[in-house]
Order: sequence, then structure tokens, then C-alpha cells
Amino acid sequence: MTSLLALSKAAVATLVVLSVVIVAVAIGVTVYLVLRAKRPQKAAATSSENVSLADSVRVLSPTRLVLRRFFRSKLSLVGLGMIAALLLFIFVGPLFTPWGESEIDYTQVTSYNYREISVKDADGNEYTVYEMTTFVGNVNKNAYPFTRSDEEHGNRLHLLGTDENGRDVFTRLMYGGQKSISLSFFTVILYVSLGIVMGSIAGYVGKWADQIIMRIVDVINCVPSLPIMLILSALLESMEIAQEQRIYYLMGLLTLIDWTGIARLVRGQILFLREQEYMVAADALGLSAPRKIFKHLVPNIIPQLIVVMTLGLGNMVLYEATLGYLGLGFPLDVASWGRMVNSATNNEVLKNYPFIWVPAGICIVLAVLGFNFLGDGLRDALDPKMKR
Amino acid sequence: MAKYIIKRILYSILVLLLVSMLIYGLVRLLPNDYVENKLLPMLNQGTVSEDDIQRMKELYGIADNSFGGIVKGYFGWLGNALKGDLGISFKYSEPVAKVIGRSMWVSFIIAVLAYILVYLIAIPLGIKSAVKQYSVLDYSVTTFTMIGISLPGFFLATALIKIFAVDLGWFPQQGLEDATTLNEGFSRFLDQVYHCILPMATLVILSVGGTMRHTRTNTLEVLNADYIRTARAKGLSEKTVVYKHVFRNTMIPMVTMMAGVLPSLFGGAMILENVFSLPGIGKLAYDALVVGDIPFIMGYEMFLAILTVIGTLLSDIAYVLVDPRIKLGK
Repeated sequence: MTSLLALSKAAVATLVVLSVVIVAVAIGVTVYLVLRAKRPQKAAATSSENVSLADSVRVLSPTRLVLRRFFRSKLSLVGLGMIAALLLFIFVGPLFTPWGESEIDYTQVTSYNYREISVKDADGNEYTVYEMTTFVGNVNKNAYPFTRSDEEHGNRLHLLGTDENGRDVFTRLMYGGQKSISLSFFTVILYVSLGIVMGSIAGYVGKWADQIIMRIVDVINCVPSLPIMLILSALLESMEIAQEQRIYYLMGLLTLIDWTGIARLVRGQILFLREQEYMVAADALGLSAPRKIFKHLVPNIIPQLIVVMTLGLGNMVLYEATLGYLGLGFPLDVASWGRMVNSATNNEVLKNYPFIWVPAGICIVLAVLGFNFLGDGLRDALDPKMKR
Repeated sequence: MAKYIIKRILYSILVLLLVSMLIYGLVRLLPNDYVENKLLPMLNQGTVSEDDIQRMKELYGIADNSFGGIVKGYFGWLGNALKGDLGISFKYSEPVAKVIGRSMWVSFIIAVLAYILVYLIAIPLGIKSAVKQYSVLDYSVTTFTMIGISLPGFFLATALIKIFAVDLGWFPQQGLEDATTLNEGFSRFLDQVYHCILPMATLVILSVGGTMRHTRTNTLEVLNADYIRTARAKGLSEKTVVYKHVFRNTMIPMVTMMAGVLPSLFGGAMILENVFSLPGIGKLAYDALVVGDIPFIMGYEMFLAILTVIGTLLSDIAYVLVDPRIKLGK
């Protein structure tokens, strides 16, 4: 799939790096904390003779405190593990899978159809005959898990079988995840940035700017988001935008709808922080407005923003999946978790081939759950009021 | 108070006006032109001409797609809407208000029963898990809550259909009524309830987590309050503390949240109703969206927006009513 585009490549590169970094940091911090936990006892034993204050008191930086609180909670560790595993699966996994994203397995398969025929002979005995018709298809569709393609097609393994178009489900899970996670990642960054800018302007400038921005926020909040997304996606379709570029537009649209929550949060915080002493000091120093906003106000909201962003990632994955399920968003032959679950609207698939749609659903749940656990853990860890 | 409410209502009207402009503009830009879609096969066969299509469009009021035309169309719609006439749906060939009024109840009954169940399950469990923080119960409630929040509705619904309808055969797979038998009166009602069990279960599983989490956080906050320490210091039994002092204070934010669910009570669940093929307002709206039925989409979206506005207003008022410490200012 070369068509899935510059963004996808950049996204993959960024996120491969990102996932490796996250995993490395997770391992590093754990090892560090384990080592750290053992050291103080040794220190206490040796320092019994000449005790100075510096030896007996351990100073923890705020970052270390946060990390300690974060790693104390089991659920946030579970979340971190889930996200790390998922990132590895979707970004590193494709290197090892024998199939391509939209590669169709052209193994010839023989399928059988049979029907029952009852016959009565002259003596009144009844016989049941099965008439069997064989039928050779040239696409290996709906293959069961752990089956292989034939020698001619490389004898490659379908770990989770193939879908109704003969494409490898396991491989499509990886590529679907890539799309979903990269879209969510960039959209969240975009709408958080927009939210920060709008919220800080509203909170800092106040007056008419506040009025205008908050009215816009009210209007957007009042508009039901799913129907609007449906309308907008249909509009995208009609504008005949090249398939590869649709993802950018989709990101833009999601950004336009989702920034309001962040703007509200930032505005509220800034209204509160503006009254603090250090802002009076900043005023007295004669700093420029952007400098005051972005160097002195925004950093104070970063903890809340990190939490909101992590939870937002989960939401965005869910949203993307919903759009995919409704057949909107990504082009048709591109893998998407939501669209894979949508295969179950076909009754045949729903009844007989759960391996086509269940794994995709589980992947969505795992991704969202991971981000939610992570966000909750971060929230508790970053809250300075939590003393534990 | 009265002054505040009047001010809020006036402000809401302004917001609703802006919302209607935004939606009308977007809907008119929709590519799925209802008339063209419907008449295209006939045009290809040659039974209607381009002129006829143009005339049909005039009739439907969607002929002029220039900016001026859209503005004119908007004010036409607005004038009628203010008189209480939402127009006639293209797809359902009936007045929009009538279609909404009819299909709303299917969604409403499912949602009301589901929400009653949700509150019955979520509030006691949420309080319990907060009181016994970090217990096994707390951890299992938290985990379950998280899973509930993380489940995509369409996947849960499909999975429930697969397990309970296809494999076990306990419940019907789709629809609101059994098409093979003709039921009258009470048995028809029972049949409809039977069809609604799976959608209701889905809705409960999806919303119970959020409510439980909300209750838990609120209870934890209340448990840390000074007056709870005072109550304990007075020597009240733990039971009295929890059920009299904690519970009632926990309910303050919960009541406001209950007023906020108004849109989801009447507005229907678009995705769920689609998966289960229920003829509720959500499914009708989705179908209308797909074919570009402008009056119905406008009616539906404005209906939702009005519900949202009323919901926020109600929850603010409820806040004042249940918590005498709060005064509505400005």
C-alpha cells in the first residue's frame, strides 16, 4: 500500500520511535525504582556515625514524586503495559507478518454445498440422499485461523484467518491500529493546541474575545456531534478529495469539533491563575502577553492537559472506530478496526466467522482501556493534593 | 432566580439560532440531493426530463444552491419553524413533528428503563466502593467501570446479538416486533418489550460505568469533608454517617447529572438503534441523513439542540434546589 501516504509514513516513523521510547522509559524507570528502593537501607547503615541532615533526609523532586505515585498504582501499570504492547504490535508487528495490508490470498479453495434429497422407491422405503456440489473459488476467503495458503502462494500462515475478501485478518489488525492510533494522536495534539490558544485568549484577554469564543464553544457544544460528523463526512465524499488526503480533512474536522472542552478548561484555569501573586510579579516585570501566557500560565495547566490528552486519545480511538463502523473516514480498502467489526452486519459472518470481527473489537477495547487506565493513573499521580 | 432563568432562556434562544444556521448551511451543502437520488433511475430511463427534476426541486425548495438561495431557504425554514411547522419530511412523507413524536417514544421507553436500571446499580455500588476504598470490591468496580467506558457500543451490541440471539437463541436478533406472527393489544406490547431487552442491556452496560465512577469520585470527596469528621467525632455509627450524611451529600452532583441526561433520553442512540434495527428516532434520523432529507435532519438536530439547552438549564436549577448553599448569581 503505497497510497497510504506521506502522513502514514511519517506517522509510522514517529510512532515507532515513540513506542520504543515509551517502552524503554517504562523499563528504565521500573529498574531505577527497584534499585532505588534498595539503596536507602545501605545508606542508613553507614551513616550511623556522623549524621548530617542531608544524609537522613531524602529530597524528592516533584517529577520523582509523580513517578513514584504513578508506579505505585497497579492499574496505571497495567495501562502502560497494554499501550506498550499495543504499540509494539501495530508498529513493529507488520515487519514480521508475511502478508500485506490489502494483499488478497488467491489460493484456490474448494468449498462444498450440499442439499438433502429424499426419495421414495416403489416399496415405500425412504432414502435420503445428499447431493454435493463442489465449487472452486479463486480467493481464499473466510479461511479459518491457523490455516495456510498453498505452496504456490508461499505457504504463509493466516494466524486469525482471512476476511470475506481473502485478506489476512491478523495483518489488517496491525495496519488498522496504525491508522487509528496515528489519527487519534495527531488529532488530539491538534485540538489540544487549538483549545489552548482559544482558551488562553478567552481567559487572558477577556471582554469581547471571551464573549465571542465562549459563544462559539456554546454553539458547538449544542450541536450533536455524531450527526454532524456524518454530514461532514458525506461532504468530504462529495468534494471528491483524493482518498489519500481524506485523513487530513478528517483530522481537521475532528479538531474543529473537539477543541471546546480544552478551551473551557484552559480558560477556567487561567482565570484562576491570573489572580495569583506570581502573575502580579510577571506584570510588574513588564513581560509581554504571549510570554506571560505561554511561559507562566500554560505550564501550570500542563498536568491537567496531560490527563485530558491521555483520556482524549482513548476517546478518539473510539470515535474513529465508530466512524469506521459507519463506513466513513478511511478509504474502503484501507484496514480499519471499526470497519472490521462492521463485517458482522453480514449475517453469514456474524453466525459463522467470529474471528473476522471479534479481534478487532477486542483491539479497540484494549486500546481505549489502556489509555483510560493511563490517564486515570496520571490524574492521581499529578494531583498535588494526593499525599499518598 | 426568575431573572436569572429568563436571562438564560433568552441566551439559549440566541445559541439555538446560531446552531440552526450552522446546521442548515451544512445540510444544504450535502451531496445527497434527495430529488436527484430519487429521480435518477427514471431520468436514465427517460421517463422524466431534466426540467421535471428542476421543477421537483423547486417544489421541495432546494433548487437554488447559491448562497442567496440557501439564506432564503433558511429564513423560509425558520419562519415556518417559529410558527410550529417543521415542514414535511421528504423520506417519510409526513410532517416532521409527527414522525419525531411517533418514533421518539420507542427510544424514550428503552432509555428510561435503562437509566433507571443504571442508577439502581451504579449508585449503591459506587458508594460502597468509595467507602471501602482499595478493597477487592473497589478494584473490581473500578476495573468493570473502565471496561464499560471503553467498550464501543456497536461492538458490544454485535457481541450480545451473537451470543444471546444467534448462538443461544434467547432473544430476537433485530427489530421491534416479530414479523411472522400477528400480535394484538397486550401480547403485542409484551413482544415489543421482549425485543427491547437486548438493546436495553447494551445501554445499561455502556452507561453504568460512567455513573458508577461519578458516584465513587463524589463519595470520596464527601468522605474527606470536615463535616464527616465532625459526624464521626460526635460518635455517630458508621452506618448513620454513610447513609445519612455521606449519601445525601453525594446526591447533590448526581441530581444535576440526572437532569443532564435529557438529550439521551429522548434523542435516541443512533448507532445502537441501527445495529438492532429499532425504529427509534436515532435510526430514522440516520436514514434521513443518508438520503439527504433536509426537513427531517433539521427537525431532529434542532430537537436535540433544544433538549441539550433545556437539560443544562434544568441541571443548573436542580443544583440550586438540592443545595441551598448555592445561589445563582448575575
